[in-house]
Amino acid sequence: MLFRIYRYDPDKDAKPYMKEYDVELGSSDRMLLDALIRIKEMDDSLSIRRSCREGVCGSDAMNINGKNGLACLTSLATIKTPVELRPLPGMPVIRDLIVDMSQFFKQYHSVQPYLVNEDAAPDTERLQSPKEREQLDGLYECILCACCSTACPSFWWNPDKFVGPAGLLQAYRFLADSRDQSSSQRLDNLEDPYRLFRCHSIMNCVDVCPKGLNPTKAIGKIKDMLVKRMV
Amino acid sequence: MSYPVRKFDAVIVGAGGAGLRAALQLSQAGCKVAVLSKVFPTRSHTVAAQGGVGAALANMGEDSWHWHMYDTVKGSDWLGDQDAIEFMCREAPKSVIELEHFGMPFDRNENGSVYQRPFGGHMQNFGAGPPSQRSCCAADRTGHAMLHTLYQRNVQSNTHFFVEWMALDLIRDSSGQAVGVTAMEMETGEVFIFHAKAVLFATGGAGRVYESSTNAFINTGDGLGIVSRAGIPLEDMEFWQFHPTGVAGAGVLITEGVRGEGGYLLNKDGERFMERYAPNAKDLASRDVVARAMATEIKDGRGCGDNGDHVMLKLDHLGEELIESKLPGIREIAKKFANVDPVKDPIPVVPTCHYMMGGIPTNYRGEVVAPSGEDKEAIVPGLFAAGECACASVHGANRLGTNSLTDLLVFGKSSGDSTVKFLKQNLEHKDLPHDAGDLTRERLDRLNNQINGESVSEVGAALRQTMQRNCGVFRFPDLLANGVAEIKEVAQRVMRTQISDKSKVFNTARIEALELDNLIEVAVASLVSADARKESRGAHDRADFAERDDENWLKHTLWFKEGNRLDYKPVHMNPLTAETIEPKVRTY
Repeated sequence: MLFRIYRYDPDKDAKPYMKEYDVELGSSDRMLLDALIRIKEMDDSLSIRRSCREGVCGSDAMNINGKNGLACLTSLATIKTPVELRPLPGMPVIRDLIVDMSQFFKQYHSVQPYLVNEDAAPDTERLQSPKEREQLDGLYECILCACCSTACPSFWWNPDKFVGPAGLLQAYRFLADSRDQSSSQRLDNLEDPYRLFRCHSIMNCVDVCPKGLNPTKAIGKIKDMLVKRMV
Repeated sequence: MSYPVRKFDAVIVGAGGAGLRAALQLSQAGCKVAVLSKVFPTRSHTVAAQGGVGAALANMGEDSWHWHMYDTVKGSDWLGDQDAIEFMCREAPKSVIELEHFGMPFDRNENGSVYQRPFGGHMQNFGAGPPSQRSCCAADRTGHAMLHTLYQRNVQSNTHFFVEWMALDLIRDSSGQAVGVTAMEMETGEVFIFHAKAVLFATGGAGRVYESSTNAFINTGDGLGIVSRAGIPLEDMEFWQFHPTGVAGAGVLITEGVRGEGGYLLNKDGERFMERYAPNAKDLASRDVVARAMATEIKDGRGCGDNGDHVMLKLDHLGEELIESKLPGIREIAKKFANVDPVKDPIPVVPTCHYMMGGIPTNYRGEVVAPSGEDKEAIVPGLFAAGECACASVHGANRLGTNSLTDLLVFGKSSGDSTVKFLKQNLEHKDLPHDAGDLTRERLDRLNNQINGESVSEVGAALRQTMQRNCGVFRFPDLLANGVAEIKEVAQRVMRTQISDKSKVFNTARIEALELDNLIEVAVASLVSADARKESRGAHDRADFAERDDENWLKHTLWFKEGNRLDYKPVHMNPLTAETIEPKVRTY
């Protein structure tokens, strides 16, 4: 199977280049990550991030044939060859398929991604009905892989000002939590021409999310909350 | 030339559940703490835990921490330390409630309380049954929800993380006190000394010593390799848990929660075979019992598939609605990795290496202990450990499902508290020894200058094959002896690994070589300890010694790297306040 992979090591390469690999796959190789590990056995200088290999840790996001996805969840059986692999778009490349994710995490951290409840902690759990808990489904499952934010043109243009789909999905995860008491500060924090409103609902984020989540919908709900607050 | 030094009150190595929980105690106490992690914290392997965290909240029927304690002692096949087990089971409800207050998105009951599902080996009435609903869960993504919640709480507490830094070696002064670690910044390849008053290891498991494993690539036993090179023994390393339900061929975990919700195992004749092996608990017997039953079915020709090498996990009878609400992640995994939709078809599964019961010896306060003179459990000053890398020992010879998350919450916190207390009593940094960093430099120089060596992937494959073939679900005297000889040869090869990539920038070839240095210590410890233990107990099942032998073997193994030496220490049979649970025959 043929692969074309983006290579760049600032220690020795003047500029990035694409390198071709022809890989003989083993019978147990099902996913793109399996093939990348074969390639690494042939050429130990290829650098990628990977860990759980089952789509829950979010390490191995990359641009696969022009679309962001997780290598460990991309089946080799259906992939178009030659497989072209590039780092996530719009992020500084550290080396090969490894990008600098600082800006992405900075935006995540900027939305107060933690529950705020100032009431004295009870001896038992804070009660939450199954219906209230259901509001968190489709939100808390985010694995912070950055497939969505790095597929978003608004994030490419303003990674320092626009929170991006991943951060906004988590902003809504806490706005939607019946136990949280910080809604108005959370909304203040997002009411800005850039932080929230650079989203133009083109839904690239939804298209690439490997967990099937819908950041655009969550962003729409935040916008609704802001409108409701005004009237 | 020495490495540059950075000074902190404490260093925590690892940012999974245990490391993050410990870090909270230190951050909230105002200590200057550095948390080092090979990966961004939410990528740690706690993220992959599925079925739940065990705590006797009694939200769904009668329960008590005494029953939880009984089940854990019995599950451990009486090798667990009863003081540590009491501590864990008693603290568990508090720890889970606290996590809920941190924002954990637990599933809920109609009355708003946390939903709990049944799990293997958890019973009411001191083992008599019926099954207890003790596993607090967030669908089948409990570890993910927990790890993110703990990370988020640390963001709020301004914990200082060093992300993508790999700890390399422990620094001890001449008295043996821990005074820091060396660590490499992966992005630049630069090595630093972290000079600290206390060091806490929370590096997780080492399941990557086996070919077939549910564990993430990062689970390379770094903390175990590091402390064993620094003269500290590893405890009970012969006890490895094989999870009954790894996806056949892929190794990916399918939670025991599937059986908790009513799923069951079938052999090729469509027989629900667990009824024969565990008439009461059936598919919810302890993991070692279920894994052995499956391996026996396969061995005796009742396995499924063309090669008869797996059995089937049936859950379609639970209905699509329940599967979608309680087991959505499993459905996703089965579709992706087994090409079956469990709403219609059973999932092919096989016992797969999952958890390391052994580890760095600690007491229930998370302080590392090692023999010194007559004292088998002398505290190593300044050194702490928690979570899977530690051996408190609460899991003994076999861990119950849900108790890994309980372990990391309870002991993450208690080790953090112990560290804070130690810092209050030790206000000054001890001096670094003059040779601080030398071992790390030797290892890195050796690797950079190696010629005519072997590739890391080749030697790593040999290591994993040796463990897989010789130290599996069933153990045989000839294979164990053979395994010991083979792994010693592999250890020689590990000392001659060679990488072609010498770049300083995010050199993952170098990282993998350094990880292999840790894996080999774990593998040697496991085989040497397993070969020596002449009985069957929990996950250690020997063909030549089929019975548990309390008279000779009710004791913990200690393996020392130096000279491949073994020592033993007694099991703590006395709980803190409860009555001793006396050993008896273990049936489910």
